[in-house]
Amino acid sequence: MADKTLHVDLVAQDQAVWSGEARMVIAKTVEGEIGLLPDHEPILAILGEGEVRITLADGEQLRASAEGGFLSMERNTVTVVARNAALI
Amino acid sequence: MGAQLRVYRQKIKSAQTTKKITRAMELISASRIAKAQQRVAAATPHTKAVTRAVSAVATYSNIDHPLTTEPATIDRAAIVIFTSDRGLAGAFSSNVLKEAERLTALLQQQGKDVVYYLVGRKAVSNFNFRRRDSVRSWIGGTDLPQVETAKEIADTVLEGYIKEFTEGGFDEIHLIYNKFVSMMVQEPEVIRLLPLSIVEATTETAAADVYPLYEFEPDATKVLDALLPVYIESRIFTAMLQSAASEHAARQKAMKSATDNAQKLILNYTRLSNQARQAEITQQISEIVGGADALASTGDED
Repeated sequence: MADKTLHVDLVAQDQAVWSGEARMVIAKTVEGEIGLLPDHEPILAILGEGEVRITLADGEQLRASAEGGFLSMERNTVTVVARNAALI
Repeated sequence: MGAQLRVYRQKIKSAQTTKKITRAMELISASRIAKAQQRVAAATPHTKAVTRAVSAVATYSNIDHPLTTEPATIDRAAIVIFTSDRGLAGAFSSNVLKEAERLTALLQQQGKDVVYYLVGRKAVSNFNFRRRDSVRSWIGGTDLPQVETAKEIADTVLEGYIKEFTEGGFDEIHLIYNKFVSMMVQEPEVIRLLPLSIVEATTETAAADVYPLYEFEPDATKVLDALLPVYIESRIFTAMLQSAASEHAARQKAMKSATDNAQKLILNYTRLSNQARQAEITQQISEIVGGADALASTGDED
């Protein structure tokens, strides 16, 4: 379990912003915060205001804004999609 | 210098100036195609992700959403036409406008009213010339489409789609734009944006893909509510990017043949001017010889 990672794609409308491996993704949906670990069940969630926090494999944290987008997770691949997405 | 020769030299000069301009435009377009193609490629991940998500929701949930259900009768349809702002791109804009004309005829045959949304100065001037009405138009920036414009267009057409028929709303939206097939080939493409046909949506993702059973947060209807406008916007943005890439390619092609034609003209006129110059010299020689002859013959008689 510990060696499993998530593949994360952060995508804006006009470009792919970031892509890489991560241990955990925390995002704020319209219902509240959600944390995604490897082997999470497939999910499609609408993102609310707030940032997406990605914990990288080496423990480093990456923060990104992804306003009014959505997030999909399947087979350990997380795709965060927003009109304007950017790393902070 | 003879009059004829001077006329030819003037023509050569003007052809040379034209050639310089068209050559420059050709080179500029050539460099912009690459950039436009990169933009298309950069936007692809987003389009793919959105299309996949929409297909997944629509496949696994039997929700009746106004954007996905086909109305019983369609009385009015909207056509969004994507042309360029500037000319000198061959048949780029007229191809799209012709296609729009064909679609209009087809829709009217089916008893539907047609309303138009125009993108690009060329479409607007064409409609003005033919005294046709359009609901709204966007001009400027067709060669470098912005996300904001796509959003504005998407919002506007969605607003019209949701409106009641009696208030000017419509039940069907078509997009017509130039699709970038290759550097040499750009084809006008017509897609029906709304109501959604899922078959069309799935063709873009790999056919072998099976969607996992997603859990929806907060729930399927709300997810679809939020996704569909994004999907529409993404489709429109893609159309704009495709159109921009096609515009540059079409312009490059048109300017290349203009440059070639100017070159041919210069060649022809150079030949003609050489001929005129030779004729002039020949005439001068024969005049001199004739004069000398005349002088010699008068000298003989003395």
